[in-house]
Amino acid sequence: MQNPLPQRKGILERTLARPSTRLALGLLLVICAAAVFLPLFLKADPHATSLDTFISPNTAHPFGTDLNGRDVLSRTLQGARISLVVGFSGAMVSLVIGTSVGLIAGYCGGTLDALLMRVVDVLYSVPRLILIILANFVFDPVLQGWLNNFQKGIWIGYSKIFILILSLGCIEWLTMARIVRGQVLSIKTLPFVQAALALGQSHAKILTRHLLPNLSGIIIVYLTLTIPAVMLDESFLSFLGLGVQPPQASWGSLLSDGAQALNPIESHWWLLAFPAACMSLTLLALNFIGDALRDALAK
Amino acid sequence: MLAFLLKRLLSLAGVLCCVLSITFLLLRLSPGGPFTRERKIPEAIEKQLLAKYHLDGSLWEQYTHYLGDVLSGDLRLSTKFRDRSVNELLAQSLPISATLGLCALALSIILGVWLGSLAAIRHQSALDAGAMLSALAFISIPTFVTGPLLVLCFALWLRWLPVGGWQSPSCLILPTLTLAGPAVASIARLMRTSLLEVLESPFIRTARAKGASESRVLYAHALKTAILPVISYLGPLAANLLTGSIVVETVFNLPGTGSFFINAIVNRDVFLLGGVVLVYCALLVTMNLLVDLAYTWIDPRIRLES
Repeated sequence: MQNPLPQRKGILERTLARPSTRLALGLLLVICAAAVFLPLFLKADPHATSLDTFISPNTAHPFGTDLNGRDVLSRTLQGARISLVVGFSGAMVSLVIGTSVGLIAGYCGGTLDALLMRVVDVLYSVPRLILIILANFVFDPVLQGWLNNFQKGIWIGYSKIFILILSLGCIEWLTMARIVRGQVLSIKTLPFVQAALALGQSHAKILTRHLLPNLSGIIIVYLTLTIPAVMLDESFLSFLGLGVQPPQASWGSLLSDGAQALNPIESHWWLLAFPAACMSLTLLALNFIGDALRDALAK
Repeated sequence: MLAFLLKRLLSLAGVLCCVLSITFLLLRLSPGGPFTRERKIPEAIEKQLLAKYHLDGSLWEQYTHYLGDVLSGDLRLSTKFRDRSVNELLAQSLPISATLGLCALALSIILGVWLGSLAAIRHQSALDAGAMLSALAFISIPTFVTGPLLVLCFALWLRWLPVGGWQSPSCLILPTLTLAGPAVASIARLMRTSLLEVLESPFIRTARAKGASESRVLYAHALKTAILPVISYLGPLAANLLTGSIVVETVFNLPGTGSFFINAIVNRDVFLLGGVVLVYCALLVTMNLLVDLAYTWIDPRIRLES
């Protein structure tokens, strides 16, 4: 099992052959790097309030300040950290659930398959936001109690973020499960799986060693497309006041603050423009890369 | 056909029952009740309130009693908006949400199919690239950003349209545009991919070889086949529009069902939430059923299994 997917390198090369994909990837890396490293060099504290409210962008505050005199640049970067962490971790949770359900349903078949796919069907026919909010609602007290006891409660301030990751990840796996199942159904009839079975390979080994490597391409494609979906859902929740709670900020909550500050008399455009540009560019880049990967895989 | 319909209607009822049960049980099991306030109300009063709303007794009793009421068409009184029944609240707000949703659905299908076909016909032109890039942008920008921007532009600066509310038909324009934006983009992308694939298939070459004009090839042959993926996408699209409408109604201050949904969750208003979830799910499941029926009507290769 040195190289389970010989065509994989080709896919990456084909994906990166387009200049637009390279641009998107570069942009994404720049935003991630800025979110991680830039706050270390900034003097402004994202939570520090001051009397300088609603200052338009200048050299001291490149993105201006908000209603409480906080620096919008450092708040946008803090929001980037939270949004990116929620997006990536939520997508990972959905990856684990979706892939396991898809693998098991496709490989076992029969009643288990029918049962799991019925569950997926039911979840598909319920508006996603309702499920996410309900999940959010149920996990909240459980997790808070648990975090209170864990390591003297140092994580308690982040409980809302953990809940977002959990509830978003637990809802966004449906498409992944369907696609993985479909692929497993076609791969498991191929001769090499039959050969492995005939040689006495255990089912667990067949799943992890033979099926999973052949699915990795399609899983990566849908992972790239799930991240923007999770980030968009997170921003909806934050907009409705059910997501990240102040004083913490995500791009979604910054955008909702900015959208509320829009008025014709005093337009505080910088409150909306900078977080919106960051978030839209990130989502655009992720969608671009996901699309390019999918096209490369389809060829 | 009849057997298929019956089977689907049965599963529809099953799904609705599941969803209603999950909503009710989750909300009743999580800590805090509809009458929990910061200032604690006297125990005797709370007991009477719970009895009035049939929320006393064991969870199982509450649940079966509620299901019984729902089956007989009574969604009960809202615990937050006292003395108003959930039926009444829904009857008032649902027409608004439905009008908005249907307008957005119609707009996104018409505009999406048109733009997608245009991009496919002029494949690899500036128009194609521009349309697809802006489609991706519309998918990536949240509606609660486009909404306020549209308000700023058309309502506050140009003063063509009202800012929000629900007084005249012109109030409908901005919310519909906001809600339909991402949907138009998704449909246009889908339509383009599908039409590009169809235009390369053998039956199109045959039609061209027989001397059919390019417009006849397009309208009589290609579009009919290419629109199939768009139709199967209408189910998920309806779900996305429902989710989007909750946000758009908040942005434009529309007195629709979406605002009740958020209110009901925050206030732990069990019966109002149950009613809203029931209506949303019913709409979605019915939409999926209609899509399946439309599919067999358009594509003669598909037969419904009974």
